[in-house]
Amino acid sequence: MEVPILKQGAVLIATFQAALSDADLNQLRMGLVQQVVKFRSRAVIVDVTAMDVMDSFASRTLREIAHMIRLRGAETVIVGIQPEVAFAMVQLGLTLEGVATALDLEEGLAYLTQKFKNTD
Amino acid sequence: MSKRESGSKDSGSRSHPGVELVRSEAPSELLRELVAHLRQNRTQLREEWVVRITETRLLTAMTKEEIFAEATSVYDSYVEALETEAFEALQAYARNLSERIIPRGVETHEVVGIVLLLRDVLARSLFAKYQTDFKKLNRILDAYEPAANRIANTVAVGFVQERERVIRQQQEAIRELSTPVLQVRERLLILPIIGVIDPQRARQLTEQLLRGIRTNRAKVVVIDITGVAAMDLTVANNLVQTVEASRLLGATVIVTGLSPEIAQTLVTIGVDLGKMNTVGDLQGGIEQAERLLGYKVEKLAEPR
Repeated sequence: MEVPILKQGAVLIATFQAALSDADLNQLRMGLVQQVVKFRSRAVIVDVTAMDVMDSFASRTLREIAHMIRLRGAETVIVGIQPEVAFAMVQLGLTLEGVATALDLEEGLAYLTQKFKNTD
Repeated sequence: MSKRESGSKDSGSRSHPGVELVRSEAPSELLRELVAHLRQNRTQLREEWVVRITETRLLTAMTKEEIFAEATSVYDSYVEALETEAFEALQAYARNLSERIIPRGVETHEVVGIVLLLRDVLARSLFAKYQTDFKKLNRILDAYEPAANRIANTVAVGFVQERERVIRQQQEAIRELSTPVLQVRERLLILPIIGVIDPQRARQLTEQLLRGIRTNRAKVVVIDITGVAAMDLTVANNLVQTVEASRLLGATVIVTGLSPEIAQTLVTIGVDLGKMNTVGDLQGGIEQAERLLGYKVEKLAEPR
């Protein structure tokens, strides 16, 4: 399943679909980092609004993606986690520690704008 | 002797004491006869029942007309249940009836009371009808009793189930009311918690807060627990989870108002306080929240 990745200036926006298999997630991990390299992006926003469930594999993959992208000097923001999904995740101990999160795409972009302003 | 044996029940028992050579009807036949009798005497028996209800001072919350109307439908449902032995229909009827009369203030003992009264009225009418034929009366009662017991049971259970459903509904409403999520500034929510938090309330609180964060697009939440006397391990962990889940939605949580007792509990239990942003009191919490949101509050004049 292809995950659409859009470019918005120095930010890449990847929109996760509802039912991503483990294979899809693995493919994404490599794919996203390659895109960051190709476009010299400063940040990636991963939009998980459409995901109504987040298991431990997906959660671990997201953290790994964030770490790999940070090694390229870029920031990752996860946006759009649904209330029910967030509740289920913390009960399983999946807290996405060390990864920035925001309510939605708008908030994610605002966060990045602020961050770039502070560091530039 | 052989002449008198054939077919006649009384002669059989007289010639052979202790041996029943009676022609017994099938239970269903007896029930049919019973149901026919109850239908035939419907008006009179129902009237008798309503009189007994009034005498025993049941259903005082209802008017005479209402009692009569409900009595009619209960009577008909009772007889129909006897006839068809379809108790699901009766249970549905009982719940429906309960839905109507519970808001009127009718109590459980009243509902059980009137059903038992009806049972009694009908039983007495059977006694009256079959008093000359004791054996038949026995057989009729054998058919009637289990069905009547089941009916009384079904109606009572239906009523209680409806009451329990109403109570659960009210409890849910109270729980929602008792944990309001309030917006005091753009992007700032306050969740004042008062009273006892049990795991169920804690869970409901978390769900309500997360929904509130999304609806109000909150960036900071102040959870004030000044009004909470004590907290156990489960609830303390739930609080930590609430903080973590809020972060996943992009909101920062500030917990305020921890009493010395709760502070002691949290430290003793070993809750990871590094994950929690705490400030002494609500005022301090709001001030910090405003700073986080980029507000600066300035006093321009003295209060008038």
